[in-house]
Amino acid sequence: MTELPRDSVGLVTPETAHFDDPLPLACGRTLPAYDLVYETYGTLNAEGTNAVLICHALSGHHHAAGYHDPDDRKPGWWNAHIGPGKSIDTERFFVVSVNNLGGCHGSTGPNTPNPETGELWGPDFPMMTVLDWVHSQARLADRLGIARFAAVVGGSLGGMQVLQWALTYPERIAHAAVIAATPKLSAQNIAFNEVARQAIRSDPDFHDGHYAEHGLLPRRGLKLARMVGHITYLSEDAMGSKFGRDLRREDFNFDYGVEFQVESYLRYQGDTFSTSFDANTYLLMTKALDYFDPAAAHGGDLAAALAPARCPFLVVSFSSDWRFPPERSKELADALIRAGKPVSYVNIDSPHGHDAFLLPEPRYQAVFAAFMARVARDQGLEDRP
Amino acid sequence: MMRADLQLIHDWVPHGARVLDLGCGDGTLLAALATDKAVTGYGLEIDPDGITACLARGVNVIEQNLDAGLANFEDDACDLVVMTQALQALRRPDRMLDEMLRVAGECIITFPNFAYWRHRVHLGLRGYMPVSKSLPHAWYDTPNIHLSTFNDFEHLCRDKGLIIVDRAVGVGGHEGHWTSRLWPNLFGEIAIFRVARGPGAAGRAARPRDAG
Repeated sequence: MTELPRDSVGLVTPETAHFDDPLPLACGRTLPAYDLVYETYGTLNAEGTNAVLICHALSGHHHAAGYHDPDDRKPGWWNAHIGPGKSIDTERFFVVSVNNLGGCHGSTGPNTPNPETGELWGPDFPMMTVLDWVHSQARLADRLGIARFAAVVGGSLGGMQVLQWALTYPERIAHAAVIAATPKLSAQNIAFNEVARQAIRSDPDFHDGHYAEHGLLPRRGLKLARMVGHITYLSEDAMGSKFGRDLRREDFNFDYGVEFQVESYLRYQGDTFSTSFDANTYLLMTKALDYFDPAAAHGGDLAAALAPARCPFLVVSFSSDWRFPPERSKELADALIRAGKPVSYVNIDSPHGHDAFLLPEPRYQAVFAAFMARVARDQGLEDRP
Repeated sequence: MMRADLQLIHDWVPHGARVLDLGCGDGTLLAALATDKAVTGYGLEIDPDGITACLARGVNVIEQNLDAGLANFEDDACDLVVMTQALQALRRPDRMLDEMLRVAGECIITFPNFAYWRHRVHLGLRGYMPVSKSLPHAWYDTPNIHLSTFNDFEHLCRDKGLIIVDRAVGVGGHEGHWTSRLWPNLFGEIAIFRVARGPGAAGRAARPRDAG
């Protein structure tokens, strides 16, 4: 048995909460009943004032920290920031991490059965929005006895959920950390998502999303979608320093096999992803990204859209992120300033592109830890273990 | 104990004011003002350690270079803009003064007084660029590219038609050791000005703000 690192939350087991209350969705349809799979780390205090909600990104899930099995090769996706003594200190906070509806890691989604038909939902699963996720997360909070989160925290698409939380449930969120996110996707962002969707939808094995009924998986399409996505997660410099023009062999083969190391890397990433992620979920998540635009209902005036928010915000961007560049985070921070809301904005110097939000970087960790220390103080958690 | 110039500013700021602190450092002033005077506002800073300290204190801090201006703050967004020991490091201190008095009707500015007698001894008698507690850098690595004197700044304010509401000087950072106002240009190591928009700029304050 492998010894687990001391600064990890150790072995964790996902839990499932079943909900029978129908959930009305932004698309006009209603989810009659659903399951949410989630993990928790740390202990909820008697007053319920130390809960932190983690919102995941496009390909994320509930397993944010710790290990499912002592022999796991990798811990949860945000293990660098969640654990004893880490930025989100599990000796102080009770952390809740949930797999969003429409996901493919246990919560109700395209690859779970539709209770009305007994068949898999597949492509008939309703289109989800960030707002729908936030409503479902609020219901999970009710179930767990959390009236108000000490903080809601997330990166990328997760950051959008944090922002939505502050607007939809201002009385239930004490602090917000919006990391490497954007108040809305740019035309270029939507364009990349569309390429990914077309890659999946044009795979002959896709069968309009009914691939499971045919005993097939649109692996080629999903692999291609992931390869395109992955390019946007890294910076040009990061790719350059990692792979340069390195070849796998000494000379060119003059064929279309894998020659450059970067090709090998992308194919590997795509292959791994295409066997572990559901294509319908990927399609739906990219649409949720595209639809998000809280300012739209206010004639594009983001400051006006932010009026309901009450909590202090931390907005963080990364210098080499070109998927959601620092300007987009600054746009959010400036709109919060115009709306007269408490906000801090930090731009972390990092070569790692959009992926930087997942990685440990000394300044990022210092900023994150300082903000969470303030959360703890505001919530009166300082003297408690 | 707060730095002497910060202590004086602390005394000058009215209760409940909306304050913008340019070059807010570790947030000492804004944190004290929030606690003692229910002040709200933002600090701008680019030093990573200062920003982290602000976050830990719960001071709203925006990572922003002052030379880029204050375009993200609307006209009259604040009651008061404070800038301590940053004027001399800006590319265009005069334009920043305009910006500060666009964002608020009043501002407080502190800077090292180049005409302080010790500085004069350095330059006038010994023939070297002054190095002191308020000007600790060598000439080749100093961030202070626009050094000025108590008198220089007063002239600038007069040229711009601004109102000098109050002024003071500090010496060596000793608490309570404020000199008389007789020879501030000679005995003041740190110049402290409280400046308001002149009568000509009154229309700006009356301009209706954007809806929303």
